[in-house]
Amino acid sequence: MKKFMNNADDFLNESLQGFKMAHSDIVNVHFDPSFITRSSKTKEGKVALISGGGSGHEPMHGGLVGFGMLDAACPGYVFSAPTPDQMVAASEAVDSGAGVLFIVKNYSGDIMNFEMGAEMLTGKSATVLTNDDVAVEDSSFTTGRRGVAATVLVEKIVGSLAETGASLKECKTLGDKVNKNSGTMGVAFSSCTVPAAGKPTFDLGLDEIEFGVGIHGEPGRRREKIKSSKEITDEMLEAIMEDLKPENNEELLLFVNGMGGTPLLELYLIFDNAMKYIESKNLKVSKSLVGNYCTSLEMQGASITLTKLDGEIVKHWESPVHTAAMRWGM
Amino acid sequence: MSTKFLIDNAKLIELSINENAEEIEKLDQEIGDGDHIFNVQRGIKLVIDLEPTIKDLPMSKALNTIAMKVLSGIGGSSGALFGTLFMTLAKGKNIDSGVDFNKSVEIFYDAVQAVKMRGKADIGEKTMMDVLIPVANTLKELNQKEESMETILNKVIEVAREGMLSTKELIATKGRASFLGERAKGHIDPGARSSQIMITTVCESVINS
Repeated sequence: MKKFMNNADDFLNESLQGFKMAHSDIVNVHFDPSFITRSSKTKEGKVALISGGGSGHEPMHGGLVGFGMLDAACPGYVFSAPTPDQMVAASEAVDSGAGVLFIVKNYSGDIMNFEMGAEMLTGKSATVLTNDDVAVEDSSFTTGRRGVAATVLVEKIVGSLAETGASLKECKTLGDKVNKNSGTMGVAFSSCTVPAAGKPTFDLGLDEIEFGVGIHGEPGRRREKIKSSKEITDEMLEAIMEDLKPENNEELLLFVNGMGGTPLLELYLIFDNAMKYIESKNLKVSKSLVGNYCTSLEMQGASITLTKLDGEIVKHWESPVHTAAMRWGM
Repeated sequence: MSTKFLIDNAKLIELSINENAEEIEKLDQEIGDGDHIFNVQRGIKLVIDLEPTIKDLPMSKALNTIAMKVLSGIGGSSGALFGTLFMTLAKGKNIDSGVDFNKSVEIFYDAVQAVKMRGKADIGEKTMMDVLIPVANTLKELNQKEESMETILNKVIEVAREGMLSTKELIATKGRASFLGERAKGHIDPGARSSQIMITTVCESVINS
């Protein structure tokens, strides 16, 4: 294992310290327990958005704290859910009285810990559960699909609505809608190494890809030989379309997300291939996002997310945002 | 049962988990994300390190201190589930006036029910509940039949092993392994294996004491 690391125990805290100093104009990082807040207090009457999850997916979620997105983020150890005391401390710090909306990815550890945190809170709270990953079918006998890259979109869009002073219920409703309108499919070209583990999470041959990989390197649908970007992109989009069933001429947001180890040069190439496929299906991409937002440490690979748009979603997508990882309109 | 019993057993569990660490890690890498063994080892160490803090506390406070430490110190599903287990043990009626075998069986049974609720998992879903639920049921049933403690604990060791082995042929419907569907078949669940080791260690230590 080669990592910029002094020792595994201090790995997360040292990174959080750096994040705090590098973005002191936008965020503040609290320790014992760890949580990230905006550098300014939550506006009176504004619903506070809190997300969190295991670390290793940066910039999600700490890099998405700031105006127009999250009010706080709770980072767990690498690939391990944050703990209820973090959620309680973060909620107490950012709840203005209008309530807390938790945005939680559908992973059992995250759900249990956020659930316990919410039970310990005295104020009101609601939860949006994201489960956009179409790789593993939502059948009668699964805990459901994984929550992955669309979580970033949910945080942006609901974050914008919350800034307008919308109620907790309205924020939850929009969050659920964006999640439901989104589908994601990921592919890994290489494994990733959890610092405490010291060796790759899974073995993937030099010429192999994992189709439908999860954001912790969990296996997906199948393992196959590497092929052209066009073939891979088409297969990913086919899987999403099958699930999302967009109507003819429907407007979409196309989000090409890097897993951490794939250069932007390749992500834009995927975007090109995806655009050609989508246009051939008589659909229209009117919003886009390309970059490393929901990563899996140093994993090589990418995910594609499609979100069906409507006027409300577009409005809150375009609105100003100012976080460490996402900034426009201001 | 005393706080000394808790710490002594945590130390024994640490030894037996460490002996089987590689096996557990390998199981988790096959069907999970490979972090289970670290969470378990970290959790046990946190409990052992609590020795000076809890050794003179009443049982309810000692168990609650362990619960909060496990909850905040482990993270992940393990933290929430073991946190729930100890939190429920701490709520056991009259435990500060002494915990005998009957009381232990009663509070352990209730704690397993609470973990079942938290994880929303039952028998047959390829999780540690395939070990914990049969163990809790066996304890309760045999204790009601007034079997000897040694007979009960030997049966528990057997049931825990059967439960652990049963996960091999199951398709996971809960936990990380559930995302694998059929592919998880043929692999023992790492959480079932680690909890079976813990249960066996405690049973053997009680039998031999």
